[in-house]
Amino acid sequence: MADHAPLLSPRRLSALCVKETRQIIRDPSSWLIAVVIPLLLLFIFGYGINLDSSRLHVGVLIEQQNSDALDFTHTISASPFMQPTISDDRGKLIQMMQAGSIRGIVVVPNDFNQQMDRVGATAPIQVITDGSEPNTANFIQGYMQGVWQVWQQQRAEDRGEVFQPLIEVQARYWFNPAAISQHFIIPGAITIIMTVIGAILTSLVIAREWERGTMEALLSTQVTRTELLLCKLIPYYVLGMLAMLLCMLVAIFILGVPWRGSFMVLFIITSLFLLSTLGMGLLISTLTRNQFNAAQVALNAAFLPAIMLSGFIFQIDSMPAIIRAVTYLIPARYFVSTLQTLFLAGNISVILMVNTLFLIVSAVMFIGLTALTTRRRLD
Amino acid sequence: MFYRLWTLIRKELQSLLREPQTRAILIMPVLIQVVLFPFAATLEVTNASIAIFDEDAGTHSVELTQRFAKASAFSEVQLLQSAQQIEPIIDNQKALLVIRFPQHFSGKLAQGLPTQLDLILDGRNSNSAQIAANYLQQIVKDYQQELLAGRPTTNNSELIIRNWYNPNLDYKWFVVPSLIALITTIGILIVTSLSIAREREQGTLDQLMVSPLATWQIFVGKAVPAQIVALVQASIVLVIGIWAYQIPFAGSLWLFYFTMIIYGFSLVGFGLLISALCSTQQQAFIGVFVFMMPAVLLSGYISPVENMPVWLQDITWINPVRHFTDITKQIYLKDASLDIVWKSVWPLCVIAASTGSAAYWMFRRKIA
Repeated sequence: MADHAPLLSPRRLSALCVKETRQIIRDPSSWLIAVVIPLLLLFIFGYGINLDSSRLHVGVLIEQQNSDALDFTHTISASPFMQPTISDDRGKLIQMMQAGSIRGIVVVPNDFNQQMDRVGATAPIQVITDGSEPNTANFIQGYMQGVWQVWQQQRAEDRGEVFQPLIEVQARYWFNPAAISQHFIIPGAITIIMTVIGAILTSLVIAREWERGTMEALLSTQVTRTELLLCKLIPYYVLGMLAMLLCMLVAIFILGVPWRGSFMVLFIITSLFLLSTLGMGLLISTLTRNQFNAAQVALNAAFLPAIMLSGFIFQIDSMPAIIRAVTYLIPARYFVSTLQTLFLAGNISVILMVNTLFLIVSAVMFIGLTALTTRRRLD
Repeated sequence: MFYRLWTLIRKELQSLLREPQTRAILIMPVLIQVVLFPFAATLEVTNASIAIFDEDAGTHSVELTQRFAKASAFSEVQLLQSAQQIEPIIDNQKALLVIRFPQHFSGKLAQGLPTQLDLILDGRNSNSAQIAANYLQQIVKDYQQELLAGRPTTNNSELIIRNWYNPNLDYKWFVVPSLIALITTIGILIVTSLSIAREREQGTLDQLMVSPLATWQIFVGKAVPAQIVALVQASIVLVIGIWAYQIPFAGSLWLFYFTMIIYGFSLVGFGLLISALCSTQQQAFIGVFVFMMPAVLLSGYISPVENMPVWLQDITWINPVRHFTDITKQIYLKDASLDIVWKSVWPLCVIAASTGSAAYWMFRRKIA
């Protein structure tokens, strides 16, 4: 029988695909993973994850009311980036900072106006930040320097002088002029969603077939290895592409992320990424053959690396060399970089080519490994 | 009665620790996360590449270039020869930012005239770029101060910046306390909800139900092992944090463990609720995943809660992970007292009571 069995029979393949598709549609847990989780994640990343503090809560400690101190306080209140709580009670402000309701304290000391008036003296303004939130603390430093500079300028102008800092630093953000963090976080979030669909859903569902013994039943028929792989890949590939379409629509039309790339390139690279995560999911389920283990492995091998090591929010450059080397093994890394570039910068061929190349390698590797392990089980 | 409870707890602990698979699930994530996360999950900027296009090539621009190159945040400084090189170097992400010194930069400074410095930043990483720009601005400001030294100024105020609780703004000091909250979350949810789901799948839950144990005793029997697992996991992270990462524990250990137990109960409540809703292990796993993902992402670990829209901040009130990440940082780094921590503790009590009683009610209904 085996000698005249073709490598691939279109009729058998389509029958298998229909069976697989029906199985997906009928299973409530696949709907949960393919529709509910992506929408939930997009919603969380769209509204909940935001690195830009719109208004920083700071406390202003005025030890003595005087014109100079009040003047400085007014400048802080006028800043669109600051929301000050003004007080003369040091203990109260420290308690607020311990509780986390303010992220910094600006101390205008007792003799501030005397020091300001004395020639040759320096009048210190102390800025204390809450180091338990390092990112916010960095922003407080930056914004307070801005406020301080504005204040100096205003005072100079009040006296009819021209104040200009000697070196003015002018910053321009390319691709994202308002420096909105969500514009680079959402493309990253899409990567995570696709990883959940590709790796976790496939590994869970196929591990269940092994657990129930229906996989062995399939293997004992005339189905060839190629058909078996394809009938698992095609329906989940279509499902993944539909989820991708959903994500793109939400990202562009609801969350308002600009799109500057080509949809053709997106289609090709998404296909490659899906194939490598599907390959990973298949491999995990073939190796574990148990739903519970498969889910655990998929979580640790696909989901966590996609969040931690893909560079979607935590910069790869800032990691130590060993971890940076590990990130090259993670398909999500290439997809994050592709999406961020396509969304914000457009078709930048060098980056896209490199990503495509690495994704081809990982897709071939995972699917090839799955094919190898499947054959071993058949023998 | 307490003897019965004690035997149930012993049985739970034994069945939990007997299987190598479960043991691995309880220990492996702890180790992976403790080793990997403090290094990987960082919003700090280090090892960044920057590029400099110097149209001036005078004394001041060269001096500033050298100072930029010495900064620890930047590992590589590329010197550009022409303006045409700026675009590809940013496009291809060969540099996070480009600094451009205009012509006559040094000449103007020498005459005491104001001049400017252009920064071109990659908006695809706007957060890192912003932090890097802050570093550069600090260097420029210091340099300017040196240039102005000795000259009469119209304004002699000075800004002095101090960082409390974490003097060097080391991101690890932020990650490790948060990890204590994250890791205990996984431990407790898996132990409570998956163990009940497994018993239900295997039919042993019915045996428990017909035993002389009351429902609350079964709950306690599930809660105590979960608490023990969480306490052990948290202690591992704490020990590694204090001795390996050298992050000093500022607050009271008693208060820390006390709040952890209350946090544990609030999670046990959620775990029991998930398991009351699910009938198989797979459903319980997906249930835990669907609960945990938003709970962790919206806990303030990835980005601060105060940056969210107000309505979403209000919703996170029911998220126990959010309250406990606050508490861990307050006690670990800030040495907060009970009356400060209490603002986060009482929501945990409310959550524990309401989820616990909801789960109790659902269990009773399922039996009846």
